[in-house]
Amino acid sequence: MQVKIYPEDFDPFLEIQSYQKQLSDIAGSYGATSIFIGTMRDFSDGQHVEAMTLEYYPGMTEKQLQKFIVEAQQRWQIFDALVVHRVGLIAPDQTIVLVAVWASHRGDAFDASRYIIEALKSKAPFWKKETLATNEERWITENTNGYLQKKD
Amino acid sequence: MAITVRYFASLKESLEKSEDEISGSEDAPLSAKKVWQIANPEKQLPENILVAINMDYATLDDLVQDGDEVAFFPPVTGG
Repeated sequence: MQVKIYPEDFDPFLEIQSYQKQLSDIAGSYGATSIFIGTMRDFSDGQHVEAMTLEYYPGMTEKQLQKFIVEAQQRWQIFDALVVHRVGLIAPDQTIVLVAVWASHRGDAFDASRYIIEALKSKAPFWKKETLATNEERWITENTNGYLQKKD
Repeated sequence: MAITVRYFASLKESLEKSEDEISGSEDAPLSAKKVWQIANPEKQLPENILVAINMDYATLDDLVQDGDEVAFFPPVTGG
């Protein structure tokens, strides 16, 4: 398993490729790789967002992310997982988060990756502050539950 | 006794500080709530604030030992 916190822009596809190359001991065993990539939008609550600053709690954030992966490993048959998360000043269209899970079968890969991203969204200590076009700054106060269907 | 207290995000901004060190005559263990009161005698703990002790989630009633790190922060919004 690997957890990475990046202060600068990263390419999620290169991260997946590079990590998967290290999985040579399980090559031929995994038949399913589930990937979630979260990207910064340029709108939020009906307003244009120029940039975002992501704060985290060094040490606790990594500890919690590792815990989510271990919990996923206990619940589903997965071989490995990679979580990469951006911090610092972020521009629209840049990647915020990557979750990748390798398993024998798609059910475990999908479910475990879903579990990890939802746990991250609700429990990993990260905080977003948006900078609007007016230069006004506002903290995002809560994440929505990804398991609930959006009505709009 | 020495306890490190850390604050993050909007709470850090409203308190205008990121950290406190509690030391002195108070006897450990103390509840996390007591740690807040010692560090912020003039301020009530805002609603919805989360607590961590040594980088694990905790409650306000959980006990903090000498040398521990306690953190207070708003609901998380990553991902």
